[in-house]
Amino acid sequence: MSASVECSVDAPRAGLLSALGWLRTSRWLACILVLGGILVGSAWVGNTGLSTNLAARNLHPGLGRLLGTDWLGRDMTTRVLLGLRLSLWVGFIAALLSAVLGILAGIAAGFLGGFADRAVAWMIDLVMSLPHLVSQILIAFAFSGGAKGVIAAVGLTHWALLARIVRAEAQRIKTSEYVLLSSKLGHTKGWIARHHLLPHLLPQFLVGLLLMFPHAISHEAALSFIGLGLSPHKPSMGIVLAESLRHLSTGFWWLAVFPGLALLVTVKVFDILGEDIRVLLTPRMQQDS
Amino acid sequence: MTRLASAKLLRLVVLLVAVSSLSYGILCLSPIDPVLAYVGDDALHISPEQRHKIAERWGLDKPAGKRFALWLGRIVRGDLGRSQIYDRPVLDVIVEKAHLSAGLMAVAWCLSGILGFTLGVLAGAAQGSWLDRLLRWFAYLVASAPAFWVGMILLVVFSVTLRMVPSCCAAPPGMEPSQVGFGLWLRHLILPALTLSLTGVANMLLHTRQRLLDVLKSDYALLARAQGASLSAIVWHHGLRNISVPAINIHFASFSELFGGAVLAEQVFAYPGLGQATVQAGLRGDVPLLLGIVLASAVFVFTGNAMADLLSRIVDPRIRLGART
Repeated sequence: MSASVECSVDAPRAGLLSALGWLRTSRWLACILVLGGILVGSAWVGNTGLSTNLAARNLHPGLGRLLGTDWLGRDMTTRVLLGLRLSLWVGFIAALLSAVLGILAGIAAGFLGGFADRAVAWMIDLVMSLPHLVSQILIAFAFSGGAKGVIAAVGLTHWALLARIVRAEAQRIKTSEYVLLSSKLGHTKGWIARHHLLPHLLPQFLVGLLLMFPHAISHEAALSFIGLGLSPHKPSMGIVLAESLRHLSTGFWWLAVFPGLALLVTVKVFDILGEDIRVLLTPRMQQDS
Repeated sequence: MTRLASAKLLRLVVLLVAVSSLSYGILCLSPIDPVLAYVGDDALHISPEQRHKIAERWGLDKPAGKRFALWLGRIVRGDLGRSQIYDRPVLDVIVEKAHLSAGLMAVAWCLSGILGFTLGVLAGAAQGSWLDRLLRWFAYLVASAPAFWVGMILLVVFSVTLRMVPSCCAAPPGMEPSQVGFGLWLRHLILPALTLSLTGVANMLLHTRQRLLDVLKSDYALLARAQGASLSAIVWHHGLRNISVPAINIHFASFSELFGGAVLAEQVFAYPGLGQATVQAGLRGDVPLLLGIVLASAVFVFTGNAMADLLSRIVDPRIRLGART
């Protein structure tokens, strides 16, 4: 998806070649490289590195084993790559759920107004009134952990911000002349919402999704880290880090440093990409703030 | 003032009722059988009669609506129920754990406030310099780093490699946390507090820097400049006054992140505070304790927001007068 966005957005700027443009292009290249690296790399390493190999325990990072091996002889490169892929998947689905919830709540509040508006505002207050991690623990516990629990936990706690933005936007569109005219022509609210509102809100949705993605990844990692997330049999980043925590005092520093660094780079890359696309897709919001 | 306080109190009560019904609803929808979760691996060894007895003792044989009414009624009287894993009243457990966490959070909160504000002022005053770039780079990096991983790195460096501070808990093995002296307490506290404060430092730094830049761009700063005031004088006389109030304000409003961060920091350093209790309650299915902590955290976050609100009313006459009309 990032490739198509890049093309459509870069076209009018092609002649400029400003320093900013270069910076942006190199950032996007880095982003595509990281994402591609994770996808290709995780397919390339396969599952063989996950099996225990007691002859090759606790190896330092080196040429043969780039990131070393853990206390069971499992290859850390494999675990990090597969873990990142899993975290990306879970993070993406959670962010998608959250963005869909956010846009639906925002449209309901901004376009329908009245009771729906008050109800959504109240729900937003409620979500904001608890620390995210506490409500996530509660929801993950209710789902008894697992991927479903993580997705629900992250998805149900992150929609509020996008809902606020979409609400303001929907209120603005609702009072615009073409929408007033459209309702005078006899179109129903649902028709107007589908034909006039949704196309306008698509950029907000995409930006919201992209900006939520890094958050979702790090929250998935946090939940799995404390043991209420993905199953410990799967190598997700939180699980890998939680397991290495138990072996830190023995001095195997590479077990913690590299998985976390990989997670940080992934989160950071999507953060930068999301911010860039936000500036490009919603220039008006940029001027307001 | 009394009207304001009573309005806040009413809001808090409504919020608590809403939070408790929502969390209760979430837990009721959950597929977990609390009795089975409680007995765990012993499920094969107990008879249906025993199972029924446990359910009866916890009131699980009654319908959900009635249970909720009973539970809510007890909470109003200040009884949060009995924690299953600690086998003590939930309120006692929360008070004891909160006591330990309070020190951790307070140190981290002050640390991130002071450090973030100072560094933010430095970065803003030296806009565009290498110091500014370094600080911004640091802040952006820390803001997206997983907090628990930062804690693990600190653990590896300062505790495992340099052996400067202990790697876990709030007290040496065999000692109660209440028995340790100040020095020992601080040694156990410093790494978790540092971990917890880093995210706050990053946010505060970026916020303060932006605010200071706004001040320095203003007309009155330009006038002061024209009258021959130095940069440090402008920052001191015009900058700090204008930016400190919003900074304190958002710092109070960050109680929510502070609580969430404490859960992770305490998990990394095995610090026996409220965050660890939250994780244990979630992992081992202690529903009364979990619900109690949810309510406690809601009160905590509400307090932070209310303090921020009150503070801006006291300090800023515009808000105070605006509220009266």
